[in-house]
Amino acid sequence: MQEKYDYLVIGGGVVGSMIARWLSRYEGRVLLIEKEADLGMGCSSANTAIVHAGYDPLPGSLKALMNVRANPMWDQLAGELGFAFERRGDYVVAVGEEELPLVDKLMQQGIKNGVPGMRMIDGAEMRSRERDINPEVSGALWASTGGLCDPFQVTVAAAENAVNNGATVLFNTAFEDFIWEGSRIIGVKTNRGDFFARWVINAAGIYSDDVMHKAGVRPEFFIKARKGEYFIFDRAEVQIHNVLFPVPSSRGKGILVTGTLHENTIIGPNANIIDDKEDTSLTKEGMDELLSGAQKLIPSLNLKHSIANFVGLRPMGNGPCLTPGINYNNDFVIEIPEKVQGFVNLGGIESPGLTSAPAIAERVVDLMKDAGEIFIDKKDWDPIRPARPRFSKLTHQERKLLCEIDPRYGRIICRCENVTEGEIVAEIHAPVPAQTYDAIKRRTWLGTGRCQGGFDMSRVVAILAREMGTSPFEITKRGEGSEYLIRTTKNVEVENVD
Amino acid sequence: MEEKNFICTACPMGCKLIVRMEGDEVIKILGNRCRRGETYGRQEAIAPQRMVATTVRIPNGFYPLLPVYTKGTIPKSRIPEVLAKIRAIEVSAPVKAEDVIIPNIIGTGVDVIASRDMPEK
Amino acid sequence: MSIKKQYDVVVIGAGPSGLAAAIEAKKGGADDVLVIERDVELGGILLQCIHNGFGLQTFKEDLPGPEYAQRFINEAKSLGITFLMDTMVMDVTSQRKLYLSSKDFGYLEVDAHAIVLAMGCRERSRAQVRIPGYRPNGVFTAGTAQRWVNVEGFMPGNKFVILGSGDIGMIMARRLTFEGAKVERVLEIQSYLSGLSRNYVQCLEDWGIPLQLRHTIKKIHGKNRVEAIESVAVDDKWNFIPGTEEIISCDTLLLSVGLIPENELSKKAGVMLDPVTGGPFVDEHFQTNVPGIFAAGNVVHVYDLVDYVSMAGFEAGKSAAEFALAEKERAARYIPLKAGKNVRYIVPHKLDKKALEQGDISLQMRVTQPIEEDVWLEVRGEENSIVRRSERYVRPGEMVTIVLKSSMAAEVEKTGVLTVDIYPKSEA
Repeated sequence: MQEKYDYLVIGGGVVGSMIARWLSRYEGRVLLIEKEADLGMGCSSANTAIVHAGYDPLPGSLKALMNVRANPMWDQLAGELGFAFERRGDYVVAVGEEELPLVDKLMQQGIKNGVPGMRMIDGAEMRSRERDINPEVSGALWASTGGLCDPFQVTVAAAENAVNNGATVLFNTAFEDFIWEGSRIIGVKTNRGDFFARWVINAAGIYSDDVMHKAGVRPEFFIKARKGEYFIFDRAEVQIHNVLFPVPSSRGKGILVTGTLHENTIIGPNANIIDDKEDTSLTKEGMDELLSGAQKLIPSLNLKHSIANFVGLRPMGNGPCLTPGINYNNDFVIEIPEKVQGFVNLGGIESPGLTSAPAIAERVVDLMKDAGEIFIDKKDWDPIRPARPRFSKLTHQERKLLCEIDPRYGRIICRCENVTEGEIVAEIHAPVPAQTYDAIKRRTWLGTGRCQGGFDMSRVVAILAREMGTSPFEITKRGEGSEYLIRTTKNVEVENVD
Repeated sequence: MEEKNFICTACPMGCKLIVRMEGDEVIKILGNRCRRGETYGRQEAIAPQRMVATTVRIPNGFYPLLPVYTKGTIPKSRIPEVLAKIRAIEVSAPVKAEDVIIPNIIGTGVDVIASRDMPEK
Repeated sequence: MSIKKQYDVVVIGAGPSGLAAAIEAKKGGADDVLVIERDVELGGILLQCIHNGFGLQTFKEDLPGPEYAQRFINEAKSLGITFLMDTMVMDVTSQRKLYLSSKDFGYLEVDAHAIVLAMGCRERSRAQVRIPGYRPNGVFTAGTAQRWVNVEGFMPGNKFVILGSGDIGMIMARRLTFEGAKVERVLEIQSYLSGLSRNYVQCLEDWGIPLQLRHTIKKIHGKNRVEAIESVAVDDKWNFIPGTEEIISCDTLLLSVGLIPENELSKKAGVMLDPVTGGPFVDEHFQTNVPGIFAAGNVVHVYDLVDYVSMAGFEAGKSAAEFALAEKERAARYIPLKAGKNVRYIVPHKLDKKALEQGDISLQMRVTQPIEEDVWLEVRGEENSIVRRSERYVRPGEMVTIVLKSSMAAEVEKTGVLTVDIYPKSEA
């Protein structure tokens, strides 16, 4: 296979998808390759879903610059891409007097970073704003520009908008090596053949170090996985609306308690640096750590109300901060390396990577312009990606109308979250098609309720097979190797009944 | 004299039975709360009997499998044969509940019958 | 099929309790009984419970689940009950209004004089028992596997471990064995069996499937599909006992770790739940705290035998019919008061016909326009005038009153509506 593109993005996380979307407004062919069976299968779908205000990154770091530049971009982005976004604000909560100076330090850092809309509140006010808060709260930083999103939705929406504007997204396509012409990269080799492009952008997330090493760039740069475990609570039992951070430590922002746009409360993450970049297993120690961490903020939390858990691996890099005089070695890498042409290199995009994604995409385009790339606006570029209806969120009248337009919206498949056949079919045939159970789950929120897919699973497998014109044996949870069914019930010679 | 212990499965009560045997002969049954328990204990001690419930292929059915069961117990030791026999056949919809699917299965004198109505696809 | 706006009794769910409730409601005199079922068939979870052991109490026979259901289905169908299949109840109000969603009928509103909640229960999931390790495919609840194996005709694995000694888990162990799969182990964290002893004998012991009490899962191995589970023994407080770990190779883990009554809808209707059972607080007729809303079967508490579920359904259905009939009779006694010519509104809005037998009733109203001359204030039935009196004038700012006398009871009794008109005598 030999295909020629102008821009090729490696990695379909939130950063890669956002870059593809940014590039899709210009003339030229855009290709995004993703090794998994869906977008956002790494860190982009397993994080705390917060659009940070920007008080946390070290002043002068690229993280701080990107965060503060990106935060105000989210309102317009949400409007254009049709994803849920809410500026709910966030709190960094000091428990006991000794933690107050740490919160104040964050406030000062935020001011240096240029974060608007922050103020210190005292313990009494914090208690009045969150009735379940630890009564020993001594004060909090209130950052009004903090926001919440559904990061998976953001990733899908950005990629879909790119596709609507002519870009191509390929799943199950893994980068293997570069194709060179002298010191210029002119394409990539993948498990599905070679793809040629004038520019290749490394947005490979936790594997971005491997990709840049293949380009001969930054041999000293390595990514470690910072593992974060989370619990999701039953919204019928636990209702925390606010976004509550503890005071940060050397290990990160600490274990949060936060509401989500799906109205479930989540707690997490812990932060354990591990060597295995695939180790998304949940640990007993982690569970204990999460609970005690979260109870520091909300003492009444009880794990018996948790309905699910997930694990995210944050790509922690060792990129040095480029601002003179600042000794910081976990900064974002966003660069066009001098020695290699046709290559934009990204690395270490951990938190606040989700928040920063639109600013990173913008910076990638700017860097390419500086390198001489001439971008010509597409005349018919459409920044709008309309959201598809979510039956459970509609009023009775809207539901009635939708069922009249398409009766499949009347048929409920997921009984806890009230997700309909119409929604599932729409996702299977969307611009970036959902082809696995998890792809549908993450797009529609099906199977995320109390029964965790107990009722819908067999029905979704059947719908996927029908709509994709394939056998139910081909249907997977999250790509090859995760099939549901093995054989038909009667198709066996039985020996073991004796 | 020999004692055998069983849990009665004649009903969901799950009585603990003690069956006293002299050679192949049952001389006393203890622990049962009804007559069915006595029958069960005697049978279980000599030659255990079971009902069998499974499914049979029904390619033109509303669902691809028809649930069926033995209308009565058969020797436990013969269950594999019964299953093999049922596995080997196909039936055709429509079927009514209690329709005989295989009469006198493997000569046990017990019919295999349908557990439900099964309309056509 | 035409769907009415109003039913006497609406039953939510057509499993054993719902079918029993519908049958008994119909027999108890409720004319319009509607059963709403989210599956495409009647019978509920019994349809996938193809093993025998049902009906020993009700029918004095040892029946498989589908046949037990079939007998109720046949009776319900013969009685002229209305069924809405493949239809989900999205919302129920305490005023007994239901919102339904269906591919065939669209999005509908239906009112009920009485409701029987019969939604059953759902299986506890993995997260609720918090098993460490990966989250690969191949971890299913026993009921999900049961539907695939028994109804849809698919095997979700070859080598199984079952966590929990609930009845469905043990029954699935035998089913899977019958269909050529290997069940390596059943693990139970408690020191006793959580299902029926007869199921242990027939499903595990008969087929040599080992049961380990006081054992649970320490970790699930395999990233995309289950590859093995690590079992571990636990002490009295369910702490893992180090050194007792064992890796059991398997491709599927089935969970049979308990059932929870399904009450999301009940809560929407304002039904109060018992935190112990997870189901509604009910009286001896299975009426919840919301008048006219009854609940029966596993939605109230988790049963071990279907026969008792049916009995609960009978009682709830019978009581729901009684409630509905009384409610209907009460509703039929009321006649509306209609604001006619130049009347803006009348209080009361409706009138209990029998109330006039107890004494006079005064109707209070305001006019729409002033009339500065002699006027008639007239109350009419459908056929004739019932009472009329005169005023020198009427003005919107001043309330007007007409009294219905006890002596008019017989005439009011005959009409279906009362209309009040106020008009100049010159127009009479």
